[in-house]
Amino acid sequence: MTQSNEAIRGAKRRDFLKTAGAATAAMGAPAVVRAQAKTLNIGVLLPKSGTLAFLGQSCQKGADIAAEICAQLGYKVNIKLMNADFESNVDLARARAEKLISEGAHMLVGPFDSGAAGAIAQVAEQKGVPFVINIAAAPQITEQGYKFVFRNFFTAPQLVGNGLKLMKDLFVATKTQPKSAVYMHVNDTFGMANKAAIDKLYPTANLGMELKASIAYDPAARDLSVEVAKAKATGADVLMVTTRINDAILLIREMVKQRWEPMGIINPGSPGLYEQQFFATLGKYSDYCITNVAWSDPKSSVTDMAKAAWAKKFPKDPWEGNILNAGFTIEAIMICADAFQRAGSTDGKALAEALRKTHIEKKIMLGGPITFDAKGQNNNIISACLQNRSGWARVVLPADKAERPPIFPMPGWSNRGA
Amino acid sequence: MSDLYLNAAIGGALTGLVYGLMALGLSVIFGVVRVVNFAHGEMMTAAMYAAILLAQAFKLDPLVSMVPIAAGMFVFGYLLQRGLVNAFVTRPEHTQFMLMVAVAIVITNSQLIAFGPNARNVQVDYALDSYQIGSLIIDKVRIFAAVAALAISAALFAFFRFTLTGRAIRACADNFLGARVVGLNVRHLYGLTFGIGAACLGAAGCLLLLLVDVTPLQGPSYTLLAFIIVIVGGMGSLMGALLSGLLVGISEALAGAAFDPSAKSMFTFGLLILVLLFRPQGLLGRRA
Repeated sequence: MTQSNEAIRGAKRRDFLKTAGAATAAMGAPAVVRAQAKTLNIGVLLPKSGTLAFLGQSCQKGADIAAEICAQLGYKVNIKLMNADFESNVDLARARAEKLISEGAHMLVGPFDSGAAGAIAQVAEQKGVPFVINIAAAPQITEQGYKFVFRNFFTAPQLVGNGLKLMKDLFVATKTQPKSAVYMHVNDTFGMANKAAIDKLYPTANLGMELKASIAYDPAARDLSVEVAKAKATGADVLMVTTRINDAILLIREMVKQRWEPMGIINPGSPGLYEQQFFATLGKYSDYCITNVAWSDPKSSVTDMAKAAWAKKFPKDPWEGNILNAGFTIEAIMICADAFQRAGSTDGKALAEALRKTHIEKKIMLGGPITFDAKGQNNNIISACLQNRSGWARVVLPADKAERPPIFPMPGWSNRGA
Repeated sequence: MSDLYLNAAIGGALTGLVYGLMALGLSVIFGVVRVVNFAHGEMMTAAMYAAILLAQAFKLDPLVSMVPIAAGMFVFGYLLQRGLVNAFVTRPEHTQFMLMVAVAIVITNSQLIAFGPNARNVQVDYALDSYQIGSLIIDKVRIFAAVAALAISAALFAFFRFTLTGRAIRACADNFLGARVVGLNVRHLYGLTFGIGAACLGAAGCLLLLLVDVTPLQGPSYTLLAFIIVIVGGMGSLMGALLSGLLVGISEALAGAAFDPSAKSMFTFGLLILVLLFRPQGLLGRRA
């Protein structure tokens, strides 16, 4: 009994000395070192199944290589990704966000889709967990006075405004002047936000083209024959589109079948026409489509890092077919890592405060440094005019970044060889 | 502008014939076995994936692979009925409903595991070809699919009208007790009927694959579409299903051309409501 009491006393003494030593060491260490000991849990919410599946999977691949790029950039943080699929369903996005937070996510990243972004933003705000949007353009998301929502992507008016300006530049560069246009767009949250932006900005864009009609359609449509017939019947010179991916493929197929050959197919700022799946499915018919959208900076060293990491991890899936999705997702995780490193804490308020002071110069996408205004919006992103050529999207404008000169009007469907 | 409506109506009619064939399967099964197959769309997407596999492995055109796939679906349908559905034929309708929904969920998730969520299709050489007659432009694959759907429907009508087995199945549908009294093997005939319905689906899936992509998650929307077509045409009426498929195809196309294309499926539901209000037994259905 006496022996055991002594053993207990001895153990307590040893434990006390150990604890005291550890506490002294911790108090003496700088804050950054304490932050390094922790791990940042990032909940990545993406539509990896359903109608946006390809796009969500493309973003996920970007997330999968982001930690490696953060390490190469010198961020000394441990990142743990908590991945979730919201199945292209807005209600599920909300539920998945709540689940990730309850399971310990310190920050949320995603979701490619405006409808889902709106739902996740509400959850993030309620729970005080910072949410960094990779891709979603509906302007209202950053107009709600949210304190925990940050968007490193265009708003729809910025996207469309840049897109329309580049259309004008395209006509000047190719010395052409189409007289009319018809606009086809998906009718989801993103599509309707783009439609609203077109309605607002087109009349003052001075493109010299009459906008003959706007035709909305369901992004999950199985068949677009009527929609394309209706657009064709307007006799417009240019088809402007706001698409996703499956519908973009359906649309081009239907145009070929209906032998509709406008001067050009121009996307003033949405996915669809520059995706790997679009090229793989349509082959020669994917060429000459034009998209005015954010793109990677070919002169950035971070772009080179991303390309190399991508090629190593996904050798069968070319980086060129995933640039926008992967690029913005990598940047979103970089933003989280940067904020965590400066905050030195996983506390939501501290992370949000650090996010507000973000200033990242070394990045992937074209434009100025990543910063956020009081609403949590990054206003420094710029668009490039991309044209599909020989199976890839190539920068054709602005001229100083151009890989090739633009070709407009596009060659007819039957003049594209085998 | 009239060209737009004419083109839309023809395209809608051609697609509607394939829809009609798809719904025929549901109508045949319900008309005889009196079980609504709520796994209808999911079984069709299974056939579509089978066509993709055959195209990848043997470069088979879906118009050709339609034959072995319909045969395979017949066997699957027969075994499903004899092994599973038959035990539920006399049970309450909500139990049948739960059973078929469970089958549908199993099929959808199996497809998700096997093929992933991405849209897939089969590229045939003539996929983007069309015929031009004056201002009319008619999609080549749509014509092929519609002609094949018509031929299969005609063969099905002939089977039920002129063959002994077909007549026996109709006897089962008309008078279950009477059929048993005269010595018909009703269980076997129910199995055959389910198999024939599934074979129709197999063929319709192959034809539809020429027109649209397939994803595992689109099964329920096809089940709903087939259900609407069968209700509008008249539960159990084969001709009604075909006619209703045509009507749905044309009404969707014309509504899309005349109004907002994104609201075109609204007109299908409008048609359904009108039929339920003014002719609840369906266009060619018999009053209960």
